[in-house]
Amino acid sequence: MITTGIDVGAKTVKVVLMEDGKIRGKAKVLSGFDQEESAKAALDQALVEAGLSREAIGIIITTGNGRKAISFAKGDVTEPRAAALGAVFLYPAARTVIDVGAEESRAIKCDANGRVLDFAVNEKCAAGSGAFTEAMARALEVPLEELGPLSLKATQSIPMNAQCAVFAESEVISLIHSKTEKADIARAVHDGLSSRVVAMVRRVGLNTELVLIGGVAHNPGFVESFKRTVGLDDVRTAAEPDFVGAIGAALAAAE
Amino acid sequence: MATPTKYPTAPLKCWPKAKEIREQYYKDYAQAHERGGIRWSGGAWAFDAVPMGLGDDVHVMTGEPYAASIAWDRKFAQECQDATDARGWSRDLCSYMRIYWGSMYLNRFHFGGEFPKPNFYYQSQICCSHSKWDQEASLYENVPYFCIDVCVGPYETLDEGRVNYVVNQLHDSVEGMEKVTGRKYDDEKLIAAVHNECRSTSLWAEICTLNKAIPAPLDEKTMFSLYVLATLQRSSKKVADFYEELRDEVKDRVARGIAAVPYERCRIITDTQPPWGFLKIYRYMEQFGVVSIGSVYTFGLEGIFAEQEDGSWGPRKTPQQLGIKINTRDEALRITADWNLSRPCWQHFYDPRIKTRMMLKMVNEWKLDGVILHLNRGCEGLTVGSMENRLGLIEAGVPVMTYEGNMADEKEFDERRTVSRIDSFMETLGLKQIPEAVALHAA
Repeated sequence: MITTGIDVGAKTVKVVLMEDGKIRGKAKVLSGFDQEESAKAALDQALVEAGLSREAIGIIITTGNGRKAISFAKGDVTEPRAAALGAVFLYPAARTVIDVGAEESRAIKCDANGRVLDFAVNEKCAAGSGAFTEAMARALEVPLEELGPLSLKATQSIPMNAQCAVFAESEVISLIHSKTEKADIARAVHDGLSSRVVAMVRRVGLNTELVLIGGVAHNPGFVESFKRTVGLDDVRTAAEPDFVGAIGAALAAAE
Repeated sequence: MATPTKYPTAPLKCWPKAKEIREQYYKDYAQAHERGGIRWSGGAWAFDAVPMGLGDDVHVMTGEPYAASIAWDRKFAQECQDATDARGWSRDLCSYMRIYWGSMYLNRFHFGGEFPKPNFYYQSQICCSHSKWDQEASLYENVPYFCIDVCVGPYETLDEGRVNYVVNQLHDSVEGMEKVTGRKYDDEKLIAAVHNECRSTSLWAEICTLNKAIPAPLDEKTMFSLYVLATLQRSSKKVADFYEELRDEVKDRVARGIAAVPYERCRIITDTQPPWGFLKIYRYMEQFGVVSIGSVYTFGLEGIFAEQEDGSWGPRKTPQQLGIKINTRDEALRITADWNLSRPCWQHFYDPRIKTRMMLKMVNEWKLDGVILHLNRGCEGLTVGSMENRLGLIEAGVPVMTYEGNMADEKEFDERRTVSRIDSFMETLGLKQIPEAVALHAA
């Protein structure tokens, strides 16, 4: 049976089609204002990629912040559950999953079956999520996808004092005016985000079998900062980190 | 999945009476002056037995439950907060205080008519807001203000010198109240009020202790409407008598196996005031078979507990039960001081570990499966140390969920994210929604 997982995120909707433990197709579109329409569009794209028709698919399960908004789904699973299922499917040894998305970040402790044992989620604060890097990239006038590589060129570590995205932006602007290198500022941005995320990881307990997922895991600057802050040389990052939740939802559909 | 046991349920017979006492309380306060009586306002932790010596026509309105009543009315709550913000007060102050002030500035009483001006304010100071709350109110209303400092350390370290510090202030306040009201103080009325205060708060602790039964005879959402009477006026005979009646009814429910939540299969406690405008989250959890049996807050804001002979937590014995006869003003003030200083919710102000110990006692004795902590931005006093409590509970192997919110300012509460977090917590507890319970709620 082909099962479908749809991760309705704050910024993008991700769809994964699975059959017998293998990914048959996947797609990602911007969430926009109508999450249901976006989910349909992403599903159609995934079906085209898989060479399947709508009739071929069985159960559809959603996750993500818009998981309740999709009327054509059979049910939904929570974000921590989907993240843990997906991460353990990809990396069976994973016991700590760090999911940094556009709106939320979370740390999840799970068992070998992807069962969530404990979790921590960032509170109502952009400084612990992908939205923070977006805002800082805008302040630096750097495209988001270049922010990570830029920070890897940093030559020094600058402490960023602000604990709030709004004040951090002011701080970035002050640093720009004081002629600080953009690369150093970019690193400070990632260090700031990492410290927030690592604080959450410590709340659930650090396990070295750790996997980083979510859209922000695409950002090499954040991954490097995270490694430094958490004190681990080797942090697994999912190959397509933003699809892990949708994979988890598709696995939940198969249960 | 097999349907869990369905316990019998029944509405509380006392419920209409609780409602009636509350309604009459606000009516009495509003009409006190028309009847030639006296009004005083202050906090739910003020030594409310003490002004009772001024006469039977002295009526009180405590600020926190008044603000909580408004918080249910989200539109008026917002108007009150806006009125306070407009005067330049910071949004991160106590949200009860902001609402109370807003109602005062707008000159609108939640229960109809103009905001009733008290003859004086009478308060105790332990949290970071109380003394300033009534200082501003008394300046605005231009009425006298008495404030008793009770920051003398945790009860377990209490000594005579610390009790004297509080008692001396209470003596001074009696003289002050005589002066500003022109009334002669009646020690017999004080003694009766202290008796009733001890009776009310010990009875409430006894009622909470009855919730150790499985199924729990009371759920916390219901308890919110019951404990509140002690926050209104625990020293009144009416409130003490009500708790006696309630205690008997809850005892009867335990004997007959009457549950608060029909599909109870998981027992939790919460912490601090809930987001009052969103109590439906408690009903939502019931769909998973979860009952919140209370909290250190619901139990110990007013309930006075003590370690029992077998080491368990239960009601503190009242002076009457111990055969102590109160003869003088000083004895009465000494008893009320000692009694209040043992209040569970005053202890964590000195050390969060004391609260963690209380929570762990509850986990063991009330047979709990988890704890949900409300990181309440509206009440720094009761939230201080919450994350320390979380650590202590986790170290003891207790599953804990936290969520951010505000008891009275809905701008700081995100319902969707909180429900989503509850869903995840339910998963970690291995719970799924019970279709029969979901259907029950839909009906």
